[in-house]
Amino acid sequence: MARMKFLCDSKRCIECNGCVTACKNENEVEWGVNRRRVVTINDGEPGETSISVACMHCSDAPCMAVCPTDCFYQTDDGIVLHNKDLCIGCGYCLYACPFGAPQFPSDAAFGERGKMDKCTFCAGGPEEDNSPEERAKYGANRIAEGKLPMCAEMCSTKALLAGDANEVSDIFRERVIYRGHNDGAWSMSEEDIAYDATQKV
Amino acid sequence: MLRIKWPSQILLVLALIFSGFANATPSDAKVAGFAGADYWQVVKKGDTGRTQDQGAEAGQLINVKGEEWRYWRNQWITPAGAYAIGGTLALLAIFYLLVGQKKLDHPRTGNLIERWKRLDRANHWTVAVLFIILAVSGLSILYGKFFLRTALGDSLWANYIMLCKLAHNYLGPLFVIGLLFMIVRWIKHNFFNRTDLMWFLKGGGIIGKAHPSAGYMNGGEKVWFWLLTIVGIIVCASGLVLDFQNFGQVRETMQIANLLHAAGSLILIAASFGHIYIGTIGTEGALEGMKTGYVDETWAKQHHDLWYEEVKGKSSND
Ligand code: HEM
Ligand code: SF4
Ligand code: SF4
Repeated sequence: MARMKFLCDSKRCIECNGCVTACKNENEVEWGVNRRRVVTINDGEPGETSISVACMHCSDAPCMAVCPTDCFYQTDDGIVLHNKDLCIGCGYCLYACPFGAPQFPSDAAFGERGKMDKCTFCAGGPEEDNSPEERAKYGANRIAEGKLPMCAEMCSTKALLAGDANEVSDIFRERVIYRGHNDGAWSMSEEDIAYDATQKV
Repeated sequence: MLRIKWPSQILLVLALIFSGFANATPSDAKVAGFAGADYWQVVKKGDTGRTQDQGAEAGQLINVKGEEWRYWRNQWITPAGAYAIGGTLALLAIFYLLVGQKKLDHPRTGNLIERWKRLDRANHWTVAVLFIILAVSGLSILYGKFFLRTALGDSLWANYIMLCKLAHNYLGPLFVIGLLFMIVRWIKHNFFNRTDLMWFLKGGGIIGKAHPSAGYMNGGEKVWFWLLTIVGIIVCASGLVLDFQNFGQVRETMQIANLLHAAGSLILIAASFGHIYIGTIGTEGALEGMKTGYVDETWAKQHHDLWYEEVKGKSSND
């Protein structure tokens, strides 16, 4: 069974916001809601780095754990989806999410946020696959058609990768090796967990 | 310190994502862009960058306190609140079965004394009804998903929990007004004095035949008043922070507000059971006062002797 993941190769991301635009267009996301965003650290300075982020479809998803209505569910592919009919717009998922993924169409007094919206990995929602209801509430369901998320498909530099975690890390590992670097892409020394890109996971 | 457990899958992907941060000089071909650890530490601590996204806090890559909030709410407040509420109910039930109702020692005289003015009673019942609605809706938001969703089915559950949220968010501010009015109006009765000390030493006379003296309010009532005042204001203030997110407060503020709100309201709910018990089945004649505004002389003499004498003294002086 595939385990769907996103990966953004920050060495390649050129902050073109193509993924953001592709997502907006494909899913016809409401005005003011951005399922994906590109953040640039050290903008205009040496070491400037851009990263495209959306829902990361966490394995032990914090949003799922705190939602008072229990409206989230995880597909067999590990995609975290939610049922808007159950959402009350309390905002708890946003408080818990590590990546600021949950978005709300409104921001009015008395906690009137409207129904939460977030990246679905282009996998729609609980309604029948590719039905008009599903499309209106959640946007596209490309996964049901055997396609990958639009953002990654449209990425001009192929910085943003989406798909099965193993395949995605294989691609990335190969890149890292070509770049002539073999001591691990990144290590979190504090917690003693290192990812050595030359090794198979 | 709380050790955040990142699921290994996210770890891996995060590792991949943040792998490319450069902190070496661009000309150093061997390590250019790959010395991620320091950079990652900064991002992990909540560093913000620039983004075209206009949303609140969109520039921040990692919501640092999210897991901590989840931990406190899910691992501590949720179970502790259930124990507090369940435990209080169980204690009261046992107490009632063992001790039973506190009866009037003497027959009623039929002479009534005014205890609560119409405005006091209107204020009390407004606050009480709102409190109960807020407690039921709030508890549903905290605990409903554990059993109500399966019990009601998705479509009823969706409507019920939406109603809870709307009731909670719109009636909350009314409760704030009612509570503040009550605090201002009743604070004069509630300053502690020596009589209260004796009252506490005698355990409030709940058990046995002891009749500790009390003025207009006894020690126990004053404790409830100050609990409602102090914890109530915390609950109201944090509730307003959660309710009016339109002022753009950041996630961390809301996380703290939520923890204070949930912990405070669970304390108040547990304590309110004690108050409701004593005010209804626990004490013969107590409810009459708040219902009609008048109490029997016998009740006044037994429970608030100093106040009774004060009232008598006043009326015989007239
Ligand atoms: C003493 C009366 C109150 C009680 C017993 C109470 C109880 C609760 C409880 C148990 C929760 C759920 C916490 C959680 O799930 O973590 C909650 C949430 C909340 N409360 Fe209260 N509360 C009271 C008063 C208020 C007031 C006065 C306000 C606003 C002015 C308020 C606004 C909120 C808001 C905005 C939430 C978040 C849930 C949502 O937006 O749907 N509450 N309350
Ligand atoms: S919304 Fe946030 S917490 Fe939930 S799965 Fe996506 S990234 Fe994880
Ligand atoms: S906003 Fe909706 S999805 Fe998010 S926690 Fe609240 S009810 Fe659940």
